[in-house]
Amino acid sequence: MDRADIEKTINEFLVEEIEIEENLIRDDALLKNDLGIDSLDFVDIVVLVERNFGFKIKAEEMTDIRTLRQFYDYIEEKVNA
Amino acid sequence: MKRAVITGIGIYSCIGKNVDEVTESLRAGRSGIGIDPVRTEYGYRSPLTGIVERPVLKGVLERRARVGLAEEGEYAYVATAQAMQDAGIDEDFLREHEIGIFYGNDSSAKAVIEAHTTCMEKKDTTLLGSGAIFQSMNSTVTMNLATIFHLKGVNMTISAACASGSHAIGLGAMFVRQGMQDVVICGGAQEVNYLCMGSFDGLGVFSLRTGDPTAASRPFDRDRDGLVPSGGAATLIVESYEHAVRRGAHIYAEILGYGFSSNGGNISQADPAGSRRAILRAVEDAGIRLSDIDYINAHATSTPHGDACEAEALASLFAEYRTPVSSTKSMTGHECWMAGASEAVYTLLMMQHGFMAPNINFEHPDTWSEPLNIVTRTSEKNLDICLSNSFGFGGTNSALIIKKL
Repeated sequence: MDRADIEKTINEFLVEEIEIEENLIRDDALLKNDLGIDSLDFVDIVVLVERNFGFKIKAEEMTDIRTLRQFYDYIEEKVNA
Repeated sequence: MKRAVITGIGIYSCIGKNVDEVTESLRAGRSGIGIDPVRTEYGYRSPLTGIVERPVLKGVLERRARVGLAEEGEYAYVATAQAMQDAGIDEDFLREHEIGIFYGNDSSAKAVIEAHTTCMEKKDTTLLGSGAIFQSMNSTVTMNLATIFHLKGVNMTISAACASGSHAIGLGAMFVRQGMQDVVICGGAQEVNYLCMGSFDGLGVFSLRTGDPTAASRPFDRDRDGLVPSGGAATLIVESYEHAVRRGAHIYAEILGYGFSSNGGNISQADPAGSRRAILRAVEDAGIRLSDIDYINAHATSTPHGDACEAEALASLFAEYRTPVSSTKSMTGHECWMAGASEAVYTLLMMQHGFMAPNINFEHPDTWSEPLNIVTRTSEKNLDICLSNSFGFGGTNSALIIKKL
């Protein structure tokens, strides 16, 4: 899966499942402050990542991830590992 | 002591998704019973059920509010939104007043079983999602509605089997009469899916009259062969009379009496003595005579033993007055945890519109129902004081007496 597909998949589930407004989706958007993702939403994102990419996010690996771009990077690294 | 009145009602059931549709069905004697083929595949003895369409709440409620709602919570949300609108309670009112909630619910089986199935497959609880816990708990309805509507008063679920909804109204009325709350949202909710009724079906108490689903639920009839499970949700806004008058709210009726009892015996079988004690306690609480009651909405579910017990209790108290009786479960099936609340709503709608809904499918009395004055056709009648009975597993009994204002 290439980077474009990864970003498209993530954006789609953020808009369709987490119901984040599409116009807020930007590479530099802060997950918490700009997109409004809270701890309960993150529980659902864990499920969505497992469903769409086939692996489980580890919470300890997410501690430094603040922006959407960092989240794409993390998923890309895991998918291609 | 204050007076507890009803200022708003909402209903989502197999005979209608709002008060207008339900009123029309009650008047027409229309059944909401059908067949769910999935139940047969799953191993049920009976595929009969009330047919209830799930409401679409996407676009109505934000995602976080929807994620925690189990099926019965969706029904309860719709019924409660209707009741609040009916009562003239809006967001400003909710912000400025302390409103409580007592809601009857006694299972959330689908949510529990689906979470279990996921966990068995994934072997990882963190893949259950954020809503699983809030959908799975017995208090799912009250925890979600209290959050959605920003309620700040008393907040709890009443689990009392098939009398849950009725006790919720009785307790709400007590809180209001005691001056502890000005307004309490009361009601009952019941999930309608193949995962929630399997163990009940396994007792062999569901009707097998699959050839004619609308004739399957036949309370008090000689040829009844069991109940038909059903569900949805019903909500009543219970408020102090003074508070309702002060804000100019429309008042449907007063909750004049609440009676309760426990049979103290068999876990599944009814007992006429327990039913009588609940009814007599409600009559005493209401300060009326038995002869003052114009109509009885019976609990009768269409099981051979349960209906006979209620008929015996009712005959011993009301036969001499020829008090009209009908069981709306003949149309709705047994709405279980919701039934006490929905049947209070059905009774209120009859009071409001001046008619008695029929006990459809009552063709031949048996020894026990023969002394009763069972309403078999829709009858126009001014109803001033009505009794609504609800009985449940474990011998829990509830009786409500409602007076039109």
